[in-house]
Amino acid sequence: MTIAFPMKHFILIILSILPLLTVITGCREDELVVPSEYDIIPESPLPDTSIRGFYLVNEGNMGSNKCTLDYFDYFTGLYARNFYAERNPSVVKELGDVGNDIGIYGSRLYVVVNCSHKVEVLDARSGVRIGQVDIPNCRYVRFHRGKAYVSSYVGPVLIDPAAPKGAVYEVDTLSLQVTRKVTVGYQPEEMEVVDDYMYVANSGGYRAPDYDRTVSVIQMIDFKQVRQIDVGINLHRLKQDRYKKLWVSSRGDYQSRPSRLYVLEKRPGYNQMVVSDTIPVACSNMAIHGDSLYYYATEWNQYTASNTISYGIIDVRSREIVSTNFITDGTERDITVPYGIAVHPETGDIFVTDAKNYVSSGTLYCFTRDGRRKWSVRTGDIPAHMVFLRR
Amino acid sequence: MRAKLSILLILFFAWQLPAKAYDAADTTLVLNEVSVTAVRPRTEIIPAQQLSGIELQKLNSNSVADALRYFSGVQVKDYGGVGGIKTVNIRSMGTNHTGVVYDGVELGNAQNGQIDLGQFSLDNIEAISLYNGQKSEILQPAKDFGSAGSIYMRTRTPHFDIGESYHLRATVRTGSFGLLNPSALVELKLTECVSASLSAEWITSTGKYKFRYRRVNPAGELAYDTTAVRENGDINATRMECNLNGNIAGGEWHFKVYNYNSERGVPGAIVNNVWRRGERIWDTNSFAQGRFTRTWNRFTTLANMKYAFYRTHYVNNDDKQIKIDNLYRQRELYLSSANEYAFSSWWRVSVSYDLQWNALQADMYGFARPDRLTNMLSAATAIDLGRMKVQGSALGTWVHDILRGQQSPPDRHVFTPAVYMSYEPLRNRNFAVRAFYKRSFRMPTFNDLYYADMGNSKLNPERVTQYNAGIVYRHAGRGTVKAVRLSADVYYNHVRDKIVAYPKGQQFRWTMLNLGLVDIRGADISGLLTLTPAEELDVTVRGQYTYQRAIDVTDPADNYYRDQIPYIPHHSGSAVVNLSWRRWGLNYSFIYVGSRYNQQENIRYNYTQPWYTSDVSVSRDITFGRVSMRALLEINNLLSQDYDVILNYPMPKRNFRVTLTVEI
Repeated sequence: MTIAFPMKHFILIILSILPLLTVITGCREDELVVPSEYDIIPESPLPDTSIRGFYLVNEGNMGSNKCTLDYFDYFTGLYARNFYAERNPSVVKELGDVGNDIGIYGSRLYVVVNCSHKVEVLDARSGVRIGQVDIPNCRYVRFHRGKAYVSSYVGPVLIDPAAPKGAVYEVDTLSLQVTRKVTVGYQPEEMEVVDDYMYVANSGGYRAPDYDRTVSVIQMIDFKQVRQIDVGINLHRLKQDRYKKLWVSSRGDYQSRPSRLYVLEKRPGYNQMVVSDTIPVACSNMAIHGDSLYYYATEWNQYTASNTISYGIIDVRSREIVSTNFITDGTERDITVPYGIAVHPETGDIFVTDAKNYVSSGTLYCFTRDGRRKWSVRTGDIPAHMVFLRR
Repeated sequence: MRAKLSILLILFFAWQLPAKAYDAADTTLVLNEVSVTAVRPRTEIIPAQQLSGIELQKLNSNSVADALRYFSGVQVKDYGGVGGIKTVNIRSMGTNHTGVVYDGVELGNAQNGQIDLGQFSLDNIEAISLYNGQKSEILQPAKDFGSAGSIYMRTRTPHFDIGESYHLRATVRTGSFGLLNPSALVELKLTECVSASLSAEWITSTGKYKFRYRRVNPAGELAYDTTAVRENGDINATRMECNLNGNIAGGEWHFKVYNYNSERGVPGAIVNNVWRRGERIWDTNSFAQGRFTRTWNRFTTLANMKYAFYRTHYVNNDDKQIKIDNLYRQRELYLSSANEYAFSSWWRVSVSYDLQWNALQADMYGFARPDRLTNMLSAATAIDLGRMKVQGSALGTWVHDILRGQQSPPDRHVFTPAVYMSYEPLRNRNFAVRAFYKRSFRMPTFNDLYYADMGNSKLNPERVTQYNAGIVYRHAGRGTVKAVRLSADVYYNHVRDKIVAYPKGQQFRWTMLNLGLVDIRGADISGLLTLTPAEELDVTVRGQYTYQRAIDVTDPADNYYRDQIPYIPHHSGSAVVNLSWRRWGLNYSFIYVGSRYNQQENIRYNYTQPWYTSDVSVSRDITFGRVSMRALLEINNLLSQDYDVILNYPMPKRNFRVTLTVEI
């Protein structure tokens, strides 16, 4: 062979590409169920506290199957990310796609996993799985007299196949079977039970621009919708304060009609809730602690191409805005997109989650009741919903 | 047979040379490169990576996207299965920066800017070429100067032997996934100067395949191991194509009518408790395009025109989710005139002007009805001093959008220059050093700008700057070693004003912003070797390796600052060994894609394992008189690796395919 280039070298180069690649970069290994990661939080429990810790659900972006559960224990001071997969490694495809709510009832923890169409039921202390309840497009969970109630965007399809109404499913907390369901308005969200009536905020989010604008009233004895109260478009949050008033948020239409907060209460001598007040603030989410309603709002501003974010406190008795920023040390600047809010039932510490760009790890911030940052910790993707675990 | 084909081709060139045909450089590459380099009338400054002819057919590829996996610098996003969407990202700059040219005219999608290359079967494709930056040719439409990277697909052009007046070819493919894919090609010599070809294809597949998820816990014990069947990935599609080719004195013309119709299931992500989804898409893509080129002495002109109509009907039938039934209709009209003047044998200049109109109609609430008018004007010059070649081009693009019943956004205009050069330091011209600098951009798509609630009409174009330097070594011989080709390039790309989805408010609501900044450094190495170690035995070996470091440098406050961007592996590569002995052919190909992250943050929760597959094919040619037949058996993913290219979109395990071709 009389060629300019040494042949042997060439073949060597070509043939070495293949094994070289695997040498440089490695082969596949067994896929692991990704274990928990632990962070130490500078926090200690109050003496005689009844709170042991809290769970936080990270929603995870749609289709990513990255809904994860984080757990913080005040007694060990450890914050565990991705707690579910470690406790339940044999569950195929882990917790699921897009978590949407969390609740504890008795000794059990309920996680509503929206795009996995199920409510996951765990032992609240160990995080070990007990079972699941399949509910299509489930949204929020509340509890009442031994039953769990789950709102769902999907009611019976038969009524109007083009625009099915939503439903509330009743689940027996012992057998984990659906016992009853009732059709409510379009795309129902949060619920509360007051004096044996359940109030459900209907959004109608699938029907934009013809949003629903009602709160459904369900009589719990026979589980029937008895009435729908006209409140405002695209309702979302619904919380009761200790005076049995309901605080209902409207998302608005994201364009000309802004988000609002409504108050529903019973007139003296009547048993029907009516809209008694409209608070002129935008409200994306809220948490009530004693007489204080903590809220935040994220509103998109077309002109500045940025989110306008506000944090405030409303006195639920006077309905006055008593503070326009519950974060007092200026650290709210670090929060890109607030996504969840909770208040510690004993210490009054305020928790705000930051979902950042929805597709990277979020942050959980803890503020003292006077609004100074205490600590923060990295979470999973889109940290959103919290529940406190009692001892 | 090869010798005969070579002669035929050389004849073909001899006859085409005076025509100075627009795609003469393309056509030369039909054969293996050995015979080509000698005859090629004019080489591009930086040649393309190319797959063509028999080599392409033996490559275990279902579609053009599959074949592109063998090119360096390319990452294919594959959502799995016959009907799954497959898009291409060149050198980490993003899918929207890739121009895809079908028989000389760029394919467009003004709605989302992405071309699904899974829709293009290899049945009628003769060559696929990949150019980094632009094709370094100056007689081309202005639009061709615009993309950051370009893929050229060329369909088969009829070549008739003396005495021949027609060719017939029928092919049927079948195999895994319930695949049935018959196709037919008729080529007719209408007159001495005019030929026609008609190609039709039907593809149907259930899209069902088994996939497996297996996990162990850190102690090494099995956590779960489950195998399921991929559902709702079926496809039923037809393709029809009619071509007319003609030669005139000093030039040629080409006319094409194309129609693609499909109904597909969208298999969707596999997540906990959801193993089947209900989305379906119907696509109708039709276009007619014409090309004309003629040379008068020192002046050559090339005219192109195209009219395209794309209809996409998307339905979500899932009882558990929001009902969606949307119809999108896009129309495109494109006119181009490219003109070249040769001042001397070594200096040429060109000016091209393109006009393009796009319109989108969507029956979706809140989606504006945009019309877009794009004017493109380019000027280019090429200097060829024998061993030294230089080319410079500049493209100006003016975009004007019109909205019905709304205020139109301001016009956008972008100026993008490029410089290409190559130098051959050795007298035998086996070795060349090459470099290019190019700026390019992508316009925000209609979805970026006007999609209901999410679009942002204030977006600016996303800009890319590329710097590339490389070497190439070529050797052609008569002995055992027929051809050697080695090339290595290093590059630096910078993406500014990257259009990214940004969250607004709550509930997965997004908007688009010019927010991203990406810094890309990479190296491509590729080699080709053709040997004849024994009588009647031909061996071709191809190897390719890509290193890429593509990091997000948008904002130091982000927790993914300076992390590798999603789905870009640091290391990837492929190797192909092709043996042909008498009438037998054996092909082995190996593809490796290294570990990568499925989201922006490089943390273990986002880690995606490497994958590598081995594909094997065996072919046999049979001839009865004038009739030649070929049987091809392919086995893909031979070692049955369970892998995801995209998170939660599992890929098929081992699968096979049989192809029978009859040609007259």
